[in-house]
Amino acid sequence: MGYLTDRKRAAGMGSAKSGTEHFWHMKLSSVALLILIPLFIFTFGTAIGEDHTYVTAYFARPLPSLIAALTLIVGFEHFKLGATVLVEDYVHGIAQKICIIGVTCLSYAAMAIGLFALAKMAF
Amino acid sequence: MVQLTLPKNSRIRTGKTWPKPEGATNIRKLSIYRWSPDDDQNPSVDTYFVDIDNCGPMVLDALIKIKNEIDPTLTFRRSCREGICGSCAMNIDGINTLACIYGMDEIKGDVKIYPLPHMPVVKDLIPDLTHFYAQHASIMPWLETKTNRPAKEWRQSVDDRKKLDGLYECVMCACCSTSCPSYWWNGDRYLGPAALLHAYRWIIDSRDEATGERLDELEDPFKLYRCHTIMNCTKTCPKGLNPAKAIAEVKKMMVERTV
Repeated sequence: MGYLTDRKRAAGMGSAKSGTEHFWHMKLSSVALLILIPLFIFTFGTAIGEDHTYVTAYFARPLPSLIAALTLIVGFEHFKLGATVLVEDYVHGIAQKICIIGVTCLSYAAMAIGLFALAKMAF
Repeated sequence: MVQLTLPKNSRIRTGKTWPKPEGATNIRKLSIYRWSPDDDQNPSVDTYFVDIDNCGPMVLDALIKIKNEIDPTLTFRRSCREGICGSCAMNIDGINTLACIYGMDEIKGDVKIYPLPHMPVVKDLIPDLTHFYAQHASIMPWLETKTNRPAKEWRQSVDDRKKLDGLYECVMCACCSTSCPSYWWNGDRYLGPAALLHAYRWIIDSRDEATGERLDELEDPFKLYRCHTIMNCTKTCPKGLNPAKAIAEVKKMMVERTV
């Protein structure tokens, strides 16, 4: 390690030729959430404070349930992308790989739980 | 995991307080980071007092006065004394800047001077910029062409030349890169704002014929995409340049050729 030239150390293993897709998906999901979050708050907000029967019936309607489902999917996909960047920033070595796997599992698990709960109400 | 506290041998202790100049009425106190590789001591902060009435207005003037008249062992880089060479970059009053163009009248209270943050220290205020320079070299900071060399010069329109304004002025002082937390945590792989600004300077040059290859080399989650646009680089640049914008332009070009 001590005998590496400065240039070789700076070049490392070269370019991974990736990263733009991740960056672009972050931007896309950000814009999607910019639209979905207000819609979700607007639709979900009307159900707050109502009884269980009303809420179940409300989310059985196509528009509120579709907006909620899209918000869950896009939101947790965005979370996965963002949290991966966070882990890459601050955690290094093998712990980084383990944390990225953890973050991915957590994101998809949360998304699945949300969709399952929504489906239970909708059907 | 990133290291959030200093290792034991880097913790700063209180250093020597040098005597005040005799007969001086207008005195300024300077607290300066000291570390020497020649002993096993931890870094310290020495206190100096400078007679402002017999000193130039810039921080570098005070440093030179201290070296000449008080403590010749104080070590720092300097050359042009007018913000062109980038040698005297250091952290003054919490800001990465050039000592030669930073006036002491801009600082309230004591003048606190440290080396550029998060870099290995060679001695006192001198950081080791070896890796920083190697990263700059890795982006091929020269004109790359495939067409045969013209008989006279490579021609460039006035409008195309204007695109280089705000880029070519960079003096590679490293103030921007060493102010960037992404560079602190991942400086081994992230190129940092200075190298990326220079990369963009050659990408956008109308005469350069290696645009694709340059973008290929930068397309990497660490080399380029560690920039999260927090703008520390732009805020601190002593030349008033905007490396964050240059990086954003590179990202835009990456997306343009993909989508």
